[in-house]
Amino acid sequence: MTSPNDPSRRRFLTSSAIGGLTLVAGAGVGEAMAAGDDNLPPNVPEWMKTLGPGVTANPYGNPSAYEKNTIRRNVPWLTATEESSINFTPLHELDGIITPSGLCFERHHGGVPDIDPEQHRLMIHGLVDRPLIFTMADLMRFPSVSRIHFLECPANGGMEWKGAQMAGVQFSHGMVHCCEWTGVKLSTLLAEVGVKKSAKWILAEGADAAAMTRSIPLAKAMDDIIVCYSQNGERIRPENGYPLRLLVPGWEGNVNIKWLRRIKVGDQPWHHREETSKYTDLMPDGKARQFTFVQEANSVITSPCPEKPLKHGKGFYEIRGIAWSGYGRIKKVDISTDGGMNWRSAELQGPVLSRCLTRFRLPLQWDGRPLLLQSRAADDSGYVQPSIEALRKVRGFNSIYHKNSIHTWRVRPDGEVENVQIA
Amino acid sequence: MSRSLKALAILLALAAMPALAQDKPKRFGFGTAATAEQIAGWNIDVRGPDGAGLPPGKGNVAAGEELYMAQCSACHGEFGEGAGRYPELIGGRGTLKSDDPRKTIDSYWPHGPGLYDYIFRAMPFGAPQSLSHDEVYSIVAWLLNQGDLWPADKELDAAALRAIKLPNRDGFIAGGDPRPDVKPDTCMTNCRKAPPKITSDLAARLGVTPSQKAAD
Repeated sequence: MTSPNDPSRRRFLTSSAIGGLTLVAGAGVGEAMAAGDDNLPPNVPEWMKTLGPGVTANPYGNPSAYEKNTIRRNVPWLTATEESSINFTPLHELDGIITPSGLCFERHHGGVPDIDPEQHRLMIHGLVDRPLIFTMADLMRFPSVSRIHFLECPANGGMEWKGAQMAGVQFSHGMVHCCEWTGVKLSTLLAEVGVKKSAKWILAEGADAAAMTRSIPLAKAMDDIIVCYSQNGERIRPENGYPLRLLVPGWEGNVNIKWLRRIKVGDQPWHHREETSKYTDLMPDGKARQFTFVQEANSVITSPCPEKPLKHGKGFYEIRGIAWSGYGRIKKVDISTDGGMNWRSAELQGPVLSRCLTRFRLPLQWDGRPLLLQSRAADDSGYVQPSIEALRKVRGFNSIYHKNSIHTWRVRPDGEVENVQIA
Repeated sequence: MSRSLKALAILLALAAMPALAQDKPKRFGFGTAATAEQIAGWNIDVRGPDGAGLPPGKGNVAAGEELYMAQCSACHGEFGEGAGRYPELIGGRGTLKSDDPRKTIDSYWPHGPGLYDYIFRAMPFGAPQSLSHDEVYSIVAWLLNQGDLWPADKELDAAALRAIKLPNRDGFIAGGDPRPDVKPDTCMTNCRKAPPKITSDLAARLGVTPSQKAAD
């Protein structure tokens, strides 16, 4: 209940009195104020005439009520249930390279478990000298490390193998996010348990209703995998693996096991469901690739895009987008406005980090003619993002995963932007 | 103060400071030993190729049919054909090279023991790890029987499941990840032989993209 002295109530009253606005029950303050010129020069804006909420109003802050379109969205027809499903990061609403935790795309196989960290345990066993169980407090005592890395579902873009289907960058590319992750290196924990000489793979298992498992080569585990408890400075969000998850830099999202409860060390991969029936790449000859872990270089223009058309007619626009590569650092992003006939290199915003989103920009003087906008990323391994044609020539149309081809936006004379494919 | 006295004073001062570890220890001693009983409760994985981890127990097709109809058929159909968008489990052999490949137990799965692993850890959807070992063997027996891979009148146990060769056992390419598999093209000017041709532009008209208005 709001008291008569509550500032927000007073603001409502003042606003209706002065602006003569009708307040609809349930409508936000923002909507009520949006109409009219009352807050524009030379008038003194409403929000300057009264006090706003104080420091106790929002112990944990939320985005402005005016940003209610900046949300994750799902594609209802894509999956049978919402518990085993995916939603998408609103890339078109974001700047910079850090994805706010609450907007990171979600992929669950059995819903989000509600885990009490006091009752959560990580067990490491198998081909080890000392099988151990760690509490969260134990894990936080180890030397820690923080890294900024992208994480991408290998099915990102997978709906577009056969043709342009999704009318929006949120759905064509939104299975990627980039956060700062903090935790203990898995190599530190493996040293603690003592890995036997015969060990070659690990199995990571989640504490969700799918008990999600993936096999990961021991070499990667000893290299850069982090057992994370924090995301963007605070504890990991439930939907991103609270209280503990793997972060496997540059590798397909599915191996970054969330709600991590167990690591078993073994001498060969387990060939579980998620690395046989799923997350394998079916080739045109009917054979399937398996353990294709790396997310190769990818990029997309996030402005303009179908959600962010060129709304102001001819003139100056800044082309903006993101690039990333599981092989390493983004070295170059080229932009074409004529469907790949000619390319210009975009400016890369630093810091440019390994296996991390990189923001790129290029000025555009638009003369109102139609464009075929493309971005092409190259990384420091020498890898260059391929065309959809080149990718299909090798992999056909049915491999579902790892579609990282150059994306095309058609800009129409009216400034609207469409998802198309070209040859 | 003489030079040696000064040195001694510094040494004493250093000794009074809390020790800062110059090197991380090889082991920290954090965590507690996992007992055999604790491990046994969580050690549910079964390895696909050799069935390592398959528990004792056995099942049969008749018992599997009863369990399947009660616990699985609502989503996967009475014959494993799938219901709605839920996955089909049986059928589609020979479709992997086609335009519409169907990935099922008998068309795509490589290893019998992998079935055991997945069904026990994740199924039934919403009630995982609720089936007994015998029940899982029975459901696996029924599924294999639907795919003509197991006789109706024979008990299925760990040894039998290990011995089964699923049709697509050799359908996965060995030797790891062959990528990068596309040659880099870094051309910057006059890169196309012909002007670009639109091959697909239905996205705006297909109507499969969800609304991007906020849900009020």
